[in-house]
Amino acid sequence: MTINGKAYIAGAYEHPTRLAPDKTVAQLHAEVALGALKDAGLTREDVDGYFCSGDAPGPGPASMAEYMNLKLRHVDSTEVGGASYTLLAAHAAEAIVLGKCDVALVTLAGRPRSEGMATGTAPRPRDPNQPEAGWEMPYAITMANGYAMCAMRHMHEFGTTSEQLAWVKVAASHHAQHNPHAMLPEVVTIDDVVNSPMIADPLHRLDCCVISDGGGALVIVRPEIAKKLKRPLVKIIGAGEAVKHLTGGTFDLTTSGATRAGPIAFAESGITPADIKYASIYDSFTITVIIQLEDLGFCAKGAGGKFVADGNLISGVGKLPFNTDGGGLCNNHPANRGSMTKVIEAVRQLRGEAHPAVQVKNCDLALAQGTGFQLATRHGSATLIMERE
Amino acid sequence: MTRKITSPVVTAETKVFWDAAREGRFLIPICTACGKTHWYPRAICPFCASDKVEWREASGKGTIYTFSPMRRVKEPYVIAHVTLAEGPTMLTNIVDCDPDKLRIGQPVAVVFQETENGQPAPMFKPA
Repeated sequence: MTINGKAYIAGAYEHPTRLAPDKTVAQLHAEVALGALKDAGLTREDVDGYFCSGDAPGPGPASMAEYMNLKLRHVDSTEVGGASYTLLAAHAAEAIVLGKCDVALVTLAGRPRSEGMATGTAPRPRDPNQPEAGWEMPYAITMANGYAMCAMRHMHEFGTTSEQLAWVKVAASHHAQHNPHAMLPEVVTIDDVVNSPMIADPLHRLDCCVISDGGGALVIVRPEIAKKLKRPLVKIIGAGEAVKHLTGGTFDLTTSGATRAGPIAFAESGITPADIKYASIYDSFTITVIIQLEDLGFCAKGAGGKFVADGNLISGVGKLPFNTDGGGLCNNHPANRGSMTKVIEAVRQLRGEAHPAVQVKNCDLALAQGTGFQLATRHGSATLIMERE
Repeated sequence: MTRKITSPVVTAETKVFWDAAREGRFLIPICTACGKTHWYPRAICPFCASDKVEWREASGKGTIYTFSPMRRVKEPYVIAHVTLAEGPTMLTNIVDCDPDKLRIGQPVAVVFQETENGQPAPMFKPA
């Protein structure tokens, strides 16, 4: 059994807000839901499956299902942090294949910026029942330091440089200049990145993603429904997911869960990394992109620094255009979960609806990759491959 | 160090470890079924799933696998993974050091640092 070609992304919507002190999280979820349904040409009454993650207020899907007054026959609220939405898009496709729902609504929203959350530089609160809590809380590991430790090890093993990391941000900024909603639309240089303040060695401020309010939503439907709608046809052709952890104290921090999620997704889709015309790669930090590109097979392990250098990720310039909306590094990172906007920009590219300055020509195959939680301890990884029909 | 250090959660699985830490002894778990040590400590061996896990006194010696100083706070501190001489690699802090002079592979030795409620927690300093 496969999801290849059996579910279509009919609706996609990204909230234009980046700062929403005057709205609630539930309201943002509902706004993106209605936006995606309108984009698809469907209504709230058509929805029979609902998919959300830990950013949805309340327990699992219940509070948001009530707020939006949905009548559902299938729900899924799997939590893998920032990777939740490349994963839930695939779960929606799986539910459709099994006949559990016909029209799946997937929503993400949050307000970490309005709420003043120090997303990357303060330790996150822990549930004391988490078995690792006692072994990590005294050491005050932050998001930035964890990813920085992966960068430090990658530099040690492979000679990766700060300048190579900076190329990821430079490429994202070249794309963000064309996005009127981007938080950081200014083009930056390698010097700008390596001379920005050190946050967690070796990561500088400009190696880190933005903190933003906002959200996004997808509507995923059965093929028969997609073909009756008026939108370009974008189908899901492969997906993979994994959780990588510290394996009892024996681990390699230069790799991510994408070493397992990626091959599963490529095998299901029947294509190879060389076939991908556009890639949305989770960019919580610059190092996150380099490690995932290697793990997905776009280049050899350890060669990611050289791969991203010299503009190779810039649309119209390099071999692998990535994050053409500006990504988490420049555009937005709603609810501290970047995988929803990763799928949305891939859908824009496949529809030919990206900004003309960054639209990839003949973009028929795209990939969206998410990494959630902490790369230096335990994280979720989810790969989604899509095709324009 | 004057940074406030959050105290560890002490559980039924880990009380022996934290009691020993109060005496300055650094224990690691070893599975007597498969002979492997692991980290973080748990009652069920992550390698062979046996419950024959016992505590052994460790050497307290290790090397830095990777590290990163946190700079955006009043008192910068260093987060690290240290590979213990006994095998497993653990998350910790490097203390009593110049963050700019640390390097991967550097030998370190355990030192117990008091946390907010008085419970000592294992950290490492350059050996």
